[in-house]
Amino acid sequence: MTALSALIRRDIRIALRVGGGALIGVLFFLTVTVLMPFAIGPDLALLTRLGPAILWLGALLASLLTLDRLFTADHEDGSLDLIVMGRAPLELACAAKALAHWLAAGVPLIVATPVLGLLLNLDATATSAVALTLLVGTPALTFTGMIGAALAVTLHRGGLLLAVLVLPLSIPVLIFGVAASQAAISGDLPFGTPFSILCALSLVSLVVGPFAAAASLRHGLD
Amino acid sequence: MFSGLDFEASSGNLLAVVGPNGSGKTSLLRLIAGLLVPAGGAVGLEGGEAELTLPEQSHYLGHRDALKPALSVLENLSFWRDFLGGTAGDLGQCLAAVGLSHATHLPAGYLSAGQRRRLSIARLLVARRPVWLLDEPTSALDTAGQELFTGLMRDHLAGGGILVAATHTPLGIDARELRMGGAT
Repeated sequence: MTALSALIRRDIRIALRVGGGALIGVLFFLTVTVLMPFAIGPDLALLTRLGPAILWLGALLASLLTLDRLFTADHEDGSLDLIVMGRAPLELACAAKALAHWLAAGVPLIVATPVLGLLLNLDATATSAVALTLLVGTPALTFTGMIGAALAVTLHRGGLLLAVLVLPLSIPVLIFGVAASQAAISGDLPFGTPFSILCALSLVSLVVGPFAAAASLRHGLD
Repeated sequence: MFSGLDFEASSGNLLAVVGPNGSGKTSLLRLIAGLLVPAGGAVGLEGGEAELTLPEQSHYLGHRDALKPALSVLENLSFWRDFLGGTAGDLGQCLAAVGLSHATHLPAGYLSAGQRRRLSIARLLVARRPVWLLDEPTSALDTAGQELFTGLMRDHLAGGGILVAATHTPLGIDARELRMGGAT
Protein backbone atom coordinates (compact mmCIF):
# COMPACT_ATOMS: atom_id res chain seq x y z
CA MET A 1 0.00 0.00 0.00
CA THR A 2 2.94 2.32 0.64
CA ALA A 3 3.90 1.97 -3.01
CA LEU A 4 0.44 2.93 -4.25
CA SER A 5 -0.02 5.86 -1.89
CA ALA A 6 3.45 7.09 -2.84
CA LEU A 7 2.41 6.93 -6.50
CA ILE A 8 -0.81 8.85 -5.83
CA ARG A 9 0.97 11.50 -3.78
CA ARG A 10 3.68 11.93 -6.40
CA ASP A 11 1.23 12.28 -9.30
CA ILE A 12 -0.91 14.82 -7.47
CA ARG A 13 2.15 16.79 -6.45
CA ILE A 14 3.44 16.91 -10.03
CA ALA A 15 0.02 17.90 -11.35
CA LEU A 16 -0.23 20.80 -8.92
CA ARG A 17 3.26 22.16 -9.60
CA VAL A 18 3.90 24.72 -12.33
CA GLY A 19 3.32 23.16 -15.73
CA GLY A 20 1.73 20.13 -14.16
CA GLY A 21 -1.49 20.31 -16.08
CA ALA A 22 -4.10 20.12 -13.32
CA LEU A 23 -5.32 23.63 -14.17
CA ILE A 24 -5.38 23.13 -17.95
CA GLY A 25 -8.59 21.12 -17.78
CA VAL A 26 -10.38 23.65 -15.59
CA LEU A 27 -9.26 26.55 -17.75
CA PHE A 28 -10.52 24.78 -20.87
CA PHE A 29 -13.83 24.00 -19.12
CA LEU A 30 -14.09 27.65 -18.11
CA THR A 31 -13.36 28.86 -21.65
CA VAL A 32 -15.95 26.62 -23.29
CA THR A 33 -18.65 27.53 -20.80
CA VAL A 34 -17.93 31.24 -20.78
CA LEU A 35 -18.00 31.46 -24.57
CA MET A 36 -21.22 29.47 -24.94
CA PRO A 37 -23.67 32.22 -23.83
CA PHE A 38 -22.03 34.60 -26.29
CA ALA A 39 -22.48 32.11 -29.11
CA ILE A 40 -26.06 31.15 -28.24
CA GLY A 41 -27.28 34.63 -27.39
CA PRO A 42 -29.13 36.15 -24.45
CA ASP A 43 -32.10 33.76 -24.54
CA LEU A 44 -32.23 32.77 -20.86
CA ALA A 45 -34.77 29.98 -21.27
CA LEU A 46 -32.69 28.39 -24.02
CA LEU A 47 -29.52 28.66 -21.92
CA THR A 48 -31.24 26.96 -19.00
CA ARG A 49 -32.40 24.15 -21.25
CA LEU A 50 -28.96 23.66 -22.80
CA GLY A 51 -27.01 24.31 -19.59
CA PRO A 52 -26.53 20.74 -18.32
CA ALA A 53 -25.54 19.51 -21.77
CA ILE A 54 -23.00 22.33 -22.17
CA LEU A 55 -21.49 21.67 -18.75
CA TRP A 56 -21.26 17.94 -19.40
CA LEU A 57 -19.73 18.46 -22.84
CA GLY A 58 -17.19 20.91 -21.45
CA ALA A 59 -16.23 18.53 -18.65
CA LEU A 60 -15.94 15.59 -21.07
CA LEU A 61 -13.64 17.47 -23.45
CA ALA A 62 -11.62 18.94 -20.59
CA SER A 63 -10.97 15.49 -19.14
CA LEU A 64 -9.94 14.18 -22.59
CA LEU A 65 -7.52 17.07 -22.92
CA THR A 66 -5.48 16.10 -19.88
CA LEU A 67 -5.72 12.31 -20.20
CA ASP A 68 -3.05 11.83 -22.84
CA ARG A 69 -0.32 12.76 -20.35
CA LEU A 70 -1.44 10.05 -17.93
CA PHE A 71 1.13 7.48 -19.05
CA THR A 72 3.13 9.36 -21.72
CA ALA A 73 5.03 11.49 -19.21
CA ASP A 74 6.09 8.41 -17.25
CA HIS A 75 6.98 6.59 -20.44
CA GLU A 76 9.17 9.40 -21.72
CA ASP A 77 11.31 9.65 -18.60
CA GLY A 78 11.54 5.89 -18.02
CA SER A 79 9.47 5.79 -14.81
CA LEU A 80 6.91 3.56 -16.50
CA ASP A 81 9.51 0.79 -16.96
CA LEU A 82 10.14 0.77 -13.24
CA ILE A 83 6.44 0.88 -12.42
CA VAL A 84 5.85 -2.15 -14.68
CA MET A 85 8.76 -3.97 -13.01
CA GLY A 86 7.64 -3.01 -9.52
CA ARG A 87 6.27 -5.33 -6.86
CA ALA A 88 2.94 -3.53 -6.72
CA PRO A 89 0.53 -5.22 -9.19
CA LEU A 90 0.38 -3.17 -12.38
CA GLU A 91 -3.44 -3.17 -12.30
CA LEU A 92 -3.41 -1.46 -8.90
CA ALA A 93 -0.69 0.93 -10.01
CA CYS A 94 -2.86 1.90 -13.00
CA ALA A 95 -5.86 2.39 -10.72
CA ALA A 96 -3.73 4.54 -8.41
CA LYS A 97 -2.56 6.70 -11.30
CA ALA A 98 -6.14 7.13 -12.56
CA LEU A 99 -7.32 8.01 -9.07
CA ALA A 100 -4.57 10.60 -8.72
CA HIS A 101 -5.48 12.01 -12.12
CA TRP A 102 -9.14 12.23 -11.16
CA LEU A 103 -8.32 13.95 -7.86
CA ALA A 104 -6.03 16.47 -9.54
CA ALA A 105 -7.90 17.09 -12.80
CA GLY A 106 -11.47 15.77 -12.31
CA VAL A 107 -12.42 17.18 -8.92
CA PRO A 108 -11.57 20.79 -9.91
CA LEU A 109 -14.09 20.47 -12.77
CA ILE A 110 -16.81 19.52 -10.29
CA VAL A 111 -15.81 22.34 -7.95
CA ALA A 112 -16.00 24.82 -10.83
CA THR A 113 -19.48 23.68 -11.89
CA PRO A 114 -21.53 25.88 -9.46
CA VAL A 115 -19.72 29.00 -10.66
CA LEU A 116 -20.13 28.12 -14.31
CA GLY A 117 -23.79 27.21 -13.73
CA LEU A 118 -24.46 30.87 -12.96
CA LEU A 119 -23.29 31.82 -16.44
CA LEU A 120 -25.81 29.42 -17.96
CA ASN A 121 -28.75 30.66 -15.88
CA LEU A 122 -29.02 27.42 -13.89
CA ASP A 123 -30.67 27.63 -10.48
CA ALA A 124 -29.33 25.94 -7.36
CA THR A 125 -31.22 22.67 -7.94
CA ALA A 126 -30.05 22.35 -11.52
CA THR A 127 -26.45 23.20 -10.66
CA SER A 128 -26.30 20.71 -7.84
CA ALA A 129 -27.87 18.07 -10.09
CA VAL A 130 -25.16 18.65 -12.71
CA ALA A 131 -22.43 18.69 -10.06
CA LEU A 132 -23.74 15.45 -8.58
CA THR A 133 -23.88 13.69 -11.95
CA LEU A 134 -20.39 14.95 -12.75
CA LEU A 135 -19.13 13.67 -9.42
CA VAL A 136 -20.48 10.23 -10.25
CA GLY A 137 -19.70 10.31 -13.97
CA THR A 138 -16.20 11.79 -14.25
CA PRO A 139 -14.50 8.74 -12.67
CA ALA A 140 -15.96 6.73 -15.55
CA LEU A 141 -14.44 9.19 -18.02
CA THR A 142 -11.03 8.95 -16.34
CA PHE A 143 -10.98 5.18 -16.01
CA THR A 144 -12.18 4.47 -19.56
CA GLY A 145 -9.88 7.19 -20.86
CA MET A 146 -7.02 5.43 -19.13
CA ILE A 147 -7.46 2.48 -21.49
CA GLY A 148 -6.95 4.76 -24.47
CA ALA A 149 -4.00 6.47 -22.77
CA ALA A 150 -2.36 3.09 -22.19
CA LEU A 151 -2.92 2.04 -25.81
CA ALA A 152 -1.47 5.26 -27.18
CA VAL A 153 1.43 5.43 -24.72
CA THR A 154 4.27 4.68 -27.10
CA LEU A 155 2.97 6.98 -29.83
CA HIS A 156 4.28 10.47 -30.02
CA ARG A 157 1.45 12.94 -30.30
CA GLY A 158 -1.04 10.23 -29.49
CA GLY A 159 -3.56 12.78 -28.20
CA LEU A 160 -5.79 12.68 -31.25
CA LEU A 161 -5.74 8.90 -31.41
CA LEU A 162 -6.64 8.87 -27.73
CA ALA A 163 -9.68 11.04 -28.40
CA VAL A 164 -10.81 8.78 -31.24
CA LEU A 165 -10.37 5.66 -29.11
CA VAL A 166 -11.99 7.03 -26.00
CA LEU A 167 -14.92 9.04 -27.34
CA PRO A 168 -17.09 6.01 -28.23
CA LEU A 169 -16.59 4.66 -24.72
CA SER A 170 -17.57 7.95 -23.13
CA ILE A 171 -20.79 8.45 -25.14
CA PRO A 172 -22.93 6.36 -22.74
CA VAL A 173 -21.59 8.34 -19.81
CA LEU A 174 -22.48 11.58 -21.56
CA ILE A 175 -25.98 10.38 -22.45
CA PHE A 176 -26.90 9.21 -18.98
CA GLY A 177 -25.12 12.10 -17.26
CA VAL A 178 -27.12 14.67 -19.20
CA ALA A 179 -30.32 12.60 -18.93
CA ALA A 180 -30.04 12.42 -15.15
CA SER A 181 -29.39 16.17 -14.89
CA GLN A 182 -32.35 16.98 -17.16
CA ALA A 183 -34.57 14.66 -15.17
CA ALA A 184 -33.62 16.41 -11.92
CA ILE A 185 -34.36 19.81 -13.46
CA SER A 186 -37.62 19.19 -15.32
CA GLY A 187 -39.05 16.65 -12.94
CA ASP A 188 -41.08 14.93 -15.68
CA LEU A 189 -38.95 11.82 -15.66
CA PRO A 190 -37.62 9.85 -12.69
CA PHE A 191 -34.10 10.91 -11.70
CA GLY A 192 -33.17 7.54 -10.25
CA THR A 193 -33.12 5.49 -13.45
CA PRO A 194 -30.49 7.36 -15.48
CA PHE A 195 -28.56 8.15 -12.32
CA SER A 196 -28.33 4.47 -11.37
CA ILE A 197 -27.13 3.59 -14.85
CA LEU A 198 -24.51 6.35 -14.60
CA CYS A 199 -23.32 4.89 -11.27
CA ALA A 200 -23.20 1.44 -12.87
CA LEU A 201 -21.11 2.76 -15.79
CA SER A 202 -18.66 4.26 -13.31
CA LEU A 203 -18.40 1.07 -11.28
CA VAL A 204 -17.86 -1.06 -14.39
CA SER A 205 -15.12 1.26 -15.63
CA LEU A 206 -13.44 1.20 -12.20
CA VAL A 207 -13.09 -2.55 -12.58
CA VAL A 208 -12.44 -2.93 -16.31
CA GLY A 209 -10.21 0.14 -16.81
CA PRO A 210 -7.21 -0.88 -14.67
CA PHE A 211 -7.13 -4.43 -16.06
CA ALA A 212 -7.37 -3.31 -19.68
CA ALA A 213 -4.79 -0.57 -19.20
CA ALA A 214 -2.35 -2.89 -17.43
CA ALA A 215 -2.68 -5.54 -20.14
CA SER A 216 -2.10 -2.94 -22.81
CA LEU A 217 0.95 -1.53 -21.00
CA ARG A 218 2.50 -4.98 -20.56
CA HIS A 219 2.31 -5.72 -24.26
CA GLY A 220 2.80 -2.25 -25.63
CA LEU A 221 6.16 -1.23 -24.18
CA ASP A 222 8.99 -1.08 -26.68
CA MET B 1 17.22 -9.41 -32.76
CA PHE B 2 19.42 -12.22 -31.41
CA SER B 3 19.14 -15.96 -30.97
CA GLY B 4 21.09 -18.89 -29.62
CA LEU B 5 22.12 -16.89 -26.57
CA ASP B 6 22.96 -18.90 -23.47
CA PHE B 7 24.57 -17.29 -20.45
CA GLU B 8 24.57 -17.17 -16.69
CA ALA B 9 25.57 -14.65 -14.09
CA SER B 10 26.33 -15.76 -10.58
CA SER B 11 26.26 -14.21 -7.16
CA GLY B 12 29.15 -11.85 -6.52
CA ASN B 13 30.02 -11.57 -10.20
CA LEU B 14 29.76 -8.92 -12.85
CA LEU B 15 28.60 -9.97 -16.29
CA ALA B 16 29.63 -7.36 -18.83
CA VAL B 17 27.53 -7.38 -21.99
CA VAL B 18 29.69 -5.96 -24.75
CA GLY B 19 29.21 -5.53 -28.46
CA PRO B 20 28.86 -2.91 -31.16
CA ASN B 21 25.94 -0.48 -31.34
CA GLY B 22 22.74 -2.17 -32.39
CA SER B 23 23.85 -5.63 -31.33
CA GLY B 24 21.01 -5.96 -28.83
CA LYS B 25 22.63 -5.15 -25.48
CA THR B 26 19.79 -2.92 -24.34
CA SER B 27 17.19 -5.37 -25.66
CA LEU B 28 18.85 -8.17 -23.68
CA LEU B 29 18.73 -6.12 -20.47
CA ARG B 30 15.12 -5.13 -21.06
CA LEU B 31 14.32 -8.77 -21.72
CA ILE B 32 15.86 -9.77 -18.38
CA ALA B 33 13.93 -6.93 -16.75
CA GLY B 34 10.70 -8.37 -18.14
CA LEU B 35 10.01 -5.31 -20.28
CA LEU B 36 10.34 -7.26 -23.51
CA VAL B 37 8.82 -10.66 -24.11
CA PRO B 38 11.25 -13.22 -25.58
CA ALA B 39 10.13 -14.97 -28.76
CA GLY B 40 11.58 -18.15 -27.25
CA GLY B 41 13.58 -19.20 -24.24
CA ALA B 42 13.48 -18.07 -20.66
CA VAL B 43 15.36 -16.11 -18.04
CA GLY B 44 15.23 -17.09 -14.41
CA LEU B 45 16.78 -16.46 -11.02
CA GLU B 46 17.85 -19.36 -8.84
CA GLY B 47 17.87 -19.00 -5.11
CA GLY B 48 16.01 -15.72 -4.89
CA GLU B 49 12.79 -15.17 -3.00
CA ALA B 50 10.44 -17.78 -4.34
CA GLU B 51 7.31 -15.62 -4.47
CA LEU B 52 8.89 -12.84 -6.48
CA THR B 53 9.67 -12.82 -10.19
CA LEU B 54 13.09 -11.88 -11.52
CA PRO B 55 12.02 -8.33 -12.53
CA GLU B 56 10.62 -7.78 -9.06
CA GLN B 57 14.03 -8.59 -7.61
CA SER B 58 15.97 -6.42 -10.04
CA HIS B 59 17.00 -2.83 -10.33
CA TYR B 60 16.99 -1.49 -13.87
CA LEU B 61 19.11 1.53 -14.67
CA GLY B 62 18.30 2.46 -18.24
CA HIS B 63 19.11 5.32 -20.57
CA ARG B 64 16.25 7.32 -19.18
CA ASP B 65 16.65 8.57 -15.65
CA ALA B 66 13.09 8.11 -14.33
CA LEU B 67 13.26 11.51 -12.65
CA LYS B 68 10.53 14.13 -12.49
CA PRO B 69 11.91 17.60 -13.23
CA ALA B 70 9.16 19.27 -11.16
CA LEU B 71 10.05 17.37 -7.97
CA SER B 72 13.08 18.02 -5.82
CA VAL B 73 16.00 15.60 -5.59
CA LEU B 74 14.79 14.38 -2.21
CA GLU B 75 11.16 14.01 -3.36
CA ASN B 76 12.24 11.98 -6.37
CA LEU B 77 14.35 9.68 -4.26
CA SER B 78 11.81 9.26 -1.47
CA PHE B 79 9.13 8.41 -4.03
CA TRP B 80 11.26 5.60 -5.45
CA ARG B 81 12.11 4.41 -1.95
CA ASP B 82 8.42 4.13 -1.08
CA PHE B 83 7.38 2.71 -4.44
CA LEU B 84 10.13 0.09 -4.55
CA GLY B 85 9.44 -0.87 -0.94
CA GLY B 86 12.87 0.21 0.25
CA THR B 87 13.82 0.40 3.89
CA ALA B 88 16.62 2.96 3.68
CA GLY B 89 15.84 5.23 6.60
CA ASP B 90 18.30 7.96 5.84
CA LEU B 91 18.02 9.27 2.30
CA GLY B 92 20.67 11.88 3.04
CA GLN B 93 23.17 9.08 3.43
CA CYS B 94 22.25 7.61 0.02
CA LEU B 95 22.57 11.05 -1.57
CA ALA B 96 25.93 11.55 0.12
CA ALA B 97 27.06 8.22 -1.30
CA VAL B 98 26.58 9.58 -4.81
CA GLY B 99 27.87 13.05 -3.99
CA LEU B 100 24.58 14.93 -4.15
CA SER B 101 24.11 15.90 -0.52
CA HIS B 102 24.44 19.62 -1.38
CA ALA B 103 21.50 19.56 -3.80
CA THR B 104 18.73 17.79 -1.87
CA HIS B 105 16.11 20.51 -2.27
CA LEU B 106 16.92 21.49 -5.83
CA PRO B 107 14.29 20.54 -8.43
CA ALA B 108 15.61 17.63 -10.48
CA GLY B 109 15.02 19.70 -13.62
CA TYR B 110 17.97 21.92 -12.69
CA LEU B 111 20.46 19.05 -12.43
CA SER B 112 23.13 18.46 -15.06
CA ALA B 113 23.22 15.19 -17.00
CA GLY B 114 25.91 13.80 -14.71
CA GLN B 115 24.01 14.79 -11.59
CA ARG B 116 20.82 13.21 -12.93
CA ARG B 117 22.73 9.99 -13.48
CA ARG B 118 24.09 10.16 -9.92
CA LEU B 119 20.56 10.60 -8.62
CA SER B 120 19.32 7.58 -10.55
CA ILE B 121 22.26 5.60 -9.16
CA ALA B 122 21.12 6.64 -5.67
CA ARG B 123 17.84 4.87 -6.50
CA LEU B 124 19.75 1.57 -6.54
CA LEU B 125 20.75 2.18 -2.94
CA VAL B 126 17.38 3.03 -1.38
CA ALA B 127 15.85 -0.40 -1.92
CA ARG B 128 17.71 -3.69 -1.76
CA ARG B 129 17.57 -5.80 -4.90
CA PRO B 130 19.91 -8.73 -5.52
CA VAL B 131 20.14 -8.14 -9.28
CA TRP B 132 21.25 -4.88 -10.86
CA LEU B 133 20.68 -4.45 -14.59
CA LEU B 134 22.76 -1.52 -15.77
CA ASP B 135 22.58 -0.04 -19.26
CA GLU B 136 25.60 2.16 -19.97
CA PRO B 137 25.72 3.11 -16.29
CA THR B 138 28.72 5.39 -16.49
CA SER B 139 27.61 7.55 -19.41
CA ALA B 140 27.63 11.24 -18.46
CA LEU B 141 29.55 10.53 -15.25
CA ASP B 142 32.86 12.32 -14.62
CA THR B 143 35.98 10.43 -13.50
CA ALA B 144 35.21 10.92 -9.82
CA GLY B 145 31.66 9.75 -10.41
CA GLN B 146 32.85 6.65 -12.23
CA GLU B 147 35.19 5.75 -9.37
CA LEU B 148 32.41 6.34 -6.88
CA PHE B 149 30.09 4.09 -8.88
CA THR B 150 32.76 1.39 -9.16
CA GLY B 151 32.95 1.44 -5.35
CA LEU B 152 29.17 1.03 -5.08
CA MET B 153 29.23 -1.87 -7.54
CA ARG B 154 32.03 -3.54 -5.55
CA ASP B 155 29.94 -3.20 -2.37
CA HIS B 156 26.96 -4.73 -4.13
CA LEU B 157 29.03 -7.67 -5.39
CA ALA B 158 30.64 -8.14 -1.99
CA GLY B 159 27.14 -8.42 -0.55
CA GLY B 160 26.45 -11.35 -2.88
CA GLY B 161 24.65 -9.37 -5.55
CA ILE B 162 24.57 -9.99 -9.28
CA LEU B 163 25.48 -7.32 -11.80
CA VAL B 164 24.65 -7.37 -15.48
CA ALA B 165 25.97 -4.30 -17.26
CA ALA B 166 25.88 -3.33 -20.91
CA THR B 167 28.91 -1.18 -21.46
CA HIS B 168 31.50 0.15 -23.89
CA THR B 169 34.00 1.32 -21.30
CA PRO B 170 35.68 -0.96 -18.75
CA LEU B 171 33.99 -0.63 -15.36
CA GLY B 172 37.13 -1.25 -13.34
CA ILE B 173 35.94 -4.59 -12.00
CA ASP B 174 36.93 -8.06 -13.16
CA ALA B 175 34.08 -9.25 -15.31
CA ARG B 176 32.95 -12.17 -17.37
CA GLU B 177 32.19 -10.97 -20.84
CA LEU B 178 29.14 -11.75 -22.89
CA ARG B 179 29.97 -10.67 -26.42
CA MET B 180 26.99 -9.89 -28.61
CA GLY B 181 27.42 -10.28 -32.38
CA GLY B 182 27.36 -7.47 -34.89
CA ALA B 183 24.15 -6.15 -36.36
CA THR B 184 22.83 -8.62 -38.87
